[in-house]
Amino acid sequence: MRVNPLEVPDVTEPYQPLPGRSRTTGFLTGPFRLGTSPSATVGPYLAIGLTWPDGVWAADEGAEGGIWIRGRVFDGAGDLVPDAMIETWQADPDGGFRSPEDPRGTADYPGFRGYSRVDTVDPPGEFAVFTLKPGRVPDGEGGLQAPHIDVSLFARGILDRVVTRIYFADEAEANAEDAVLRDLSEDQRRTLIAEKTDDGYRLDIYLQGERETVFFAV
Amino acid sequence: MTGTTTSGLHLPRYFLEDAALRTPVGYSEYKSTALRAPLRTPVDLPNRLTEITGPVLGEDRVKPEDADLTLRNGGEAVGQRILVYGRVLDSDGRPVPDALVEVWQANAGGRYRHVVDVFPAPLDPHFDGLGRVLTDSLGRYEFMTIKPGAYPWGNHHNAWRPAHIHFSLFGRAFTQRLVTQMYFPDDPLFGQDPIYNAIPPAARYRAISRFSLERTVDNWALAFEWNIVLRGRDQTPFETQDDGDVA
Repeated sequence: MRVNPLEVPDVTEPYQPLPGRSRTTGFLTGPFRLGTSPSATVGPYLAIGLTWPDGVWAADEGAEGGIWIRGRVFDGAGDLVPDAMIETWQADPDGGFRSPEDPRGTADYPGFRGYSRVDTVDPPGEFAVFTLKPGRVPDGEGGLQAPHIDVSLFARGILDRVVTRIYFADEAEANAEDAVLRDLSEDQRRTLIAEKTDDGYRLDIYLQGERETVFFAV
Repeated sequence: MTGTTTSGLHLPRYFLEDAALRTPVGYSEYKSTALRAPLRTPVDLPNRLTEITGPVLGEDRVKPEDADLTLRNGGEAVGQRILVYGRVLDSDGRPVPDALVEVWQANAGGRYRHVVDVFPAPLDPHFDGLGRVLTDSLGRYEFMTIKPGAYPWGNHHNAWRPAHIHFSLFGRAFTQRLVTQMYFPDDPLFGQDPIYNAIPPAARYRAISRFSLERTVDNWALAFEWNIVLRGRDQTPFETQDDGDVA
């Protein structure tokens, strides 16, 4: 059947306001909300904008009890990823955060920033962060979380940051009680637990494959 | 909605945009994602103390001259001068003050000052492509730069990135971290660019700046406005009043 594009069909359905809006008052009927900005990849040239000379120091250089957390990042072919960026955020050894957003108050642990940003450029595919081992923090369900570090990973070929956590192999008791680890399978847990080394801990991140790291939706 | 509440802790769950309006982590037409974007469904992580807090990155990271990318190494960058400005808000409409905004971009010829970039367009000795600003108490930011050029990138035959500026933002919480790209209106290269097209169609407009005649500087620079929305606490003044639950 041929359709005449100039022939406007009769309107038989009553006007329907858009979802969340009322046609009678003009006021919102649901909660007010702005759409969030879509993320994009950091691309290959992130070093131009995101290099911090002091990025590696989540704790001051030489801080007592300081540990190096080292690891490698692998892609789905098992190759090292030489152009990723890793950021970490964590509690201090007493379980406080240097952040006014903590409802318990802003912690001020001496010599500790709690935040790092490093790349995997040199040596290719490897990262290293100097920090203090975090303490345990409440899980909001009446228990305590095991010591952990939140990790964001950015890279060319990844359109939205991916988030994972680092836990510690020598915290078996705390790990067993942790609300996040509890819900994971043994294979999944293994991807998050850093092994002890001479100067700290080591954990490799697998973006894909058999050993794909557990990534979190936050 | 307030999240888990025990031991006197009120933990907000940050609003997460519908998946149909978020950029997916991988996108098949963007070839580099094939071996890099995780393939398994991410595990839900309720927002607890580590997620609702975040670093305070203050003025020690920003110098006044970081807000003008057109003046570097003692001279002026080549290209169309533009003022880029806007506000950083959260999804509840609240301004995000004191937020660190880091930007990087190609020069006017479409070349990055980076060893990996081999596109044979000239480097500009007076342009390094790096800027940093903090938002003010109302969440406003602005910086002066030159309009970046488009450039080829080899994803497919005759693949060109539309002109864009990379943005990296910290809000106040780990959940609010955002890295993104700002585009310019009506770019004819949008249709063939998989990084732009990875954004779901209904959300693409959010990545495009608006030409602003009102902020265009007479005899000096064009202006583009781009507002950035980070995740909010997923509770509105309405809900707070209804609950009688004022934090």
